[in-house]
Amino acid sequence: MSIPPLLQVDGLHVRYPVRKGLFGGVVGTINAVDGVSLTLARAETLALVGESGCGKSTLGRTVIALQRPSAGTVLFRNQDLFALPPDQLKRQRRFAQFISQNPRTCFDPRRTVGASVRMALDIQGMLDRQGRDEAVADIFRKVGLRPEHRFRYPHELSGGQLQRIGIARALILKPSLIVCDEPVSALDVSVQAQILNLLRDLQAEFELALLFVSHNLAVVEYIADRVAVMYYGRIVETAPAKQLFRAPRHPYTKALLAAVPSLDLARRDDPVPRLGDPPDPAHLPSGCRFRNRCPIAIPRCSEHEPALAGVDAGHAVACWAAEGAVVPKPAMAGG
Amino acid sequence: MTMPSPRHDGPLLDIRDLRTQFGSGPGTVNAVQGVDLRIAPGEIVGLVGESGSGKSVLALSIMRLIQKPGRIAGGEILFDGRDVLAMSARDLGRWRGRDIGIIFQQPQGCLNPVRRIGWQVAEPLRQQERLSRKGAWDGAVALLRSVGIPAPEEKALAYPHQLSGGQAQRVMIAIALALRPRLLIADEPTTALDVTIQAQILELLRDSCRHAGTSLLLVTHDLGVVARLADRVAVMYAGRIVEDGPVATILDHPAHPYARGLLRAAPRLGQSGGERLQDIPGGIPDLSRPAAGCAFAPRCGRRASLALARCLEEMPPLDPVARDHRLRCWATPDATGDGP
Amino acid sequence: MSEAVLEEPIFRAVPRWRQLLRRLLRNPSAVAGGAVLLILILLAAFAPLIAPYDPFKISPAQRLTPPGALHWLGTDEVGRDLLSRIIYGTRYFLLICAVTASISASIGTVLGLVAGAGSSLTDGIIMRMIDILLAFPYILMVLVVVAILGPSLWTGMAAVGIAGIPGYARLVRSTVLTVKAEDYVVSVRALGASEAEILFRTVLPNVLSPLIVYLSFATPLAALLASALSFAGLGTQPPAPEWGAMLVNSRTFLFSAWWAVAAPGTALFISIFGMNILGNGLRDVLDPRS
Repeated sequence: MSIPPLLQVDGLHVRYPVRKGLFGGVVGTINAVDGVSLTLARAETLALVGESGCGKSTLGRTVIALQRPSAGTVLFRNQDLFALPPDQLKRQRRFAQFISQNPRTCFDPRRTVGASVRMALDIQGMLDRQGRDEAVADIFRKVGLRPEHRFRYPHELSGGQLQRIGIARALILKPSLIVCDEPVSALDVSVQAQILNLLRDLQAEFELALLFVSHNLAVVEYIADRVAVMYYGRIVETAPAKQLFRAPRHPYTKALLAAVPSLDLARRDDPVPRLGDPPDPAHLPSGCRFRNRCPIAIPRCSEHEPALAGVDAGHAVACWAAEGAVVPKPAMAGG
Repeated sequence: MTMPSPRHDGPLLDIRDLRTQFGSGPGTVNAVQGVDLRIAPGEIVGLVGESGSGKSVLALSIMRLIQKPGRIAGGEILFDGRDVLAMSARDLGRWRGRDIGIIFQQPQGCLNPVRRIGWQVAEPLRQQERLSRKGAWDGAVALLRSVGIPAPEEKALAYPHQLSGGQAQRVMIAIALALRPRLLIADEPTTALDVTIQAQILELLRDSCRHAGTSLLLVTHDLGVVARLADRVAVMYAGRIVEDGPVATILDHPAHPYARGLLRAAPRLGQSGGERLQDIPGGIPDLSRPAAGCAFAPRCGRRASLALARCLEEMPPLDPVARDHRLRCWATPDATGDGP
Repeated sequence: MSEAVLEEPIFRAVPRWRQLLRRLLRNPSAVAGGAVLLILILLAAFAPLIAPYDPFKISPAQRLTPPGALHWLGTDEVGRDLLSRIIYGTRYFLLICAVTASISASIGTVLGLVAGAGSSLTDGIIMRMIDILLAFPYILMVLVVVAILGPSLWTGMAAVGIAGIPGYARLVRSTVLTVKAEDYVVSVRALGASEAEILFRTVLPNVLSPLIVYLSFATPLAALLASALSFAGLGTQPPAPEWGAMLVNSRTFLFSAWWAVAAPGTALFISIFGMNILGNGLRDVLDPRS
């Protein structure tokens, strides 16, 4: 019997109405997450990459019930998160934690950081008073800080220190999954490396699954086991990390990788992918949403939206024109 | 190619011992502590540093855009032989825009939300070159075309909020280059942009500057950006330049422990063989309480392994170690280039 | 295990309220305004010991004497000592401040909290109610209240208190909405906190600061309004030594016995000004942007 995955997402949609006019009439919809399915196993790191507006942050938050989806299901530890009554959802939350992007704003400015971390235990009702204080001191040590740091206020600490405390707060409940929403984007390079290494070590020690949301491909290559590339609400390619970076299939993935400025001076004059301006999210092109920026678009691309189809072991692409993609035969002759 | 003829031999921009401070009294923050930097005509110089390095403050200081409670506390800035710090307000107004321009990280914050972008591009042309309204508008449309804005005649009628981030940054570049300045300062111009747009904007910057012979001072924390564009690189730490030289030298075999640390800490595409990133332990020092010795000493692996006491006691000077390569470090890097 | 973090510069940790107190004491506006408030409180508390005469004692023989050795501020139109009346007047002033602030702040805050923290339907209903209250002509409302209940100190305070509700409600509502959208509230929600827990543990404490600042500005304004009502005959009635009421009769003597007008007028001015600059100081210190 196979073990069910830790997280299973099916057909997830998150839609926002676009309101205009005097009375706020709805004139369109933005499909922030437009039909996403994915799975995450225990102790695995899945990265969601994409540019702004691709829906990766929204997906990350929805998966741990910080946002409600418009359609679809999220099975976490085999429980349908959005069908649970509030008290059971609260119990599940303990196992699915969150690290946000800006460490400076994710702590209540009026509490000491130790009190903020301790609040996790208070809310979940874990341990007794004495035990809680010790647990906070311990977790601070675990993330590389001194226990005395817990008496500081957020504005007295650096970005790197605060992000460590963010990790501490997520970790203290002993979760199985942590959704990391751009956890190192707001940090300097030297501090970024500290935090990435810390995450890797903690993941190994506590067998954590990480859903790592980032726009930085080099960081993703460093930390992820598997990668899903998102474009305007859909996953366009998913593969094991090594595979994706070595042999990407989807034209958007290729463009993303080509656009990252390389530190290799020999590639200084490599041509830049010319993609054109991104479309308006409320008015995406028909068929494949990438087609009007795509260098290899074929006529089929404007008619039918491609679904994710496997092209290799663990490697799936949503594209009609990518190598290895299967284009279904037309139903009628001459069609 | 229209190369402006230099008025004198030598660097276009010559900064000597520049010091910029914020506040006064015991809590004074010394954001820039004695910087020497030169930029030649037509050269692209990358200024690299993390937060607290002083790179953005340096960029603003060059154009005398520092406002209270900050002030330039000492040093010299010579632009084409002219003393910038001694310029009158009137001269400053004519120098800015015409000889030197700047673009910032957030274009939306620099564009006037209630004016059409065509007029915002046309305004410097009208003011400084005394063109008629029609002439300035045509000039603006031509500029928008040259920075890659499609259908510029129509786009010029748009307001800033109707532009995407990438388009807004292109407009900023158009405004900055409108009067064909000799030097352009770009302060993190692509940090807020998506990576595919970033690549295009960087290319635009490079091509525009090369075409017009404009020098570019590119302030960034991203080493990849510098690798793509810069001829020379200066690395800043805690208000000082710690190493500068040709881009190949700095990126491939830097000598300063901090520069080395940065290069090893940055994750690179295609590099990961699963090797661990080497982070630089600790954090940036408190700029309001400068220590006696080298600012990087407490975090420096080389100092620790060589047990150099001098690093903690005395600030090393920025000295040439080769032609066009300067280093601020007491400890000579070992021959193999390995180690801290 | 990753390398331990080296010594990063740590600023000395001081409990937040002590930090705030220190900064308050260093702020000139706060100190000056605080001094005025303190003097008012002391005068009010020790009025019977400080005032040289009975503020209600009429002596027609001494009417309208100018300031001099016997009566430092002179006497009013029925011979009452002005200095004593001013001193006792502090009690009225402080009472008005306290009562109007209590009415406005308590009702306004509760309404604002419910509007901000509740559903958009609740929010809509409450805010429309507030809008109706605002649209109602203030003078008309006061006249209605006074006509029904008769003009007095208490009806005046009630009317001003009610008029102050929309301001507090709007402030609290917008602060609650802002705080709810902050990153740290999302983080706490991820920990499993219920909406009620979030409201009381995280949102409320962050609402307190802007509320205090608003209070310090709105209260003297309310006091001025109450005094104006008294002056118009719709609030405190003479012979009470309330500063606005004192102006009712003495205004006819503006040119012959100016001191009878100057004394209450100046007292009002200094008190309200003092509280305003105290408000400035509080805002400088409590505003998180500073």
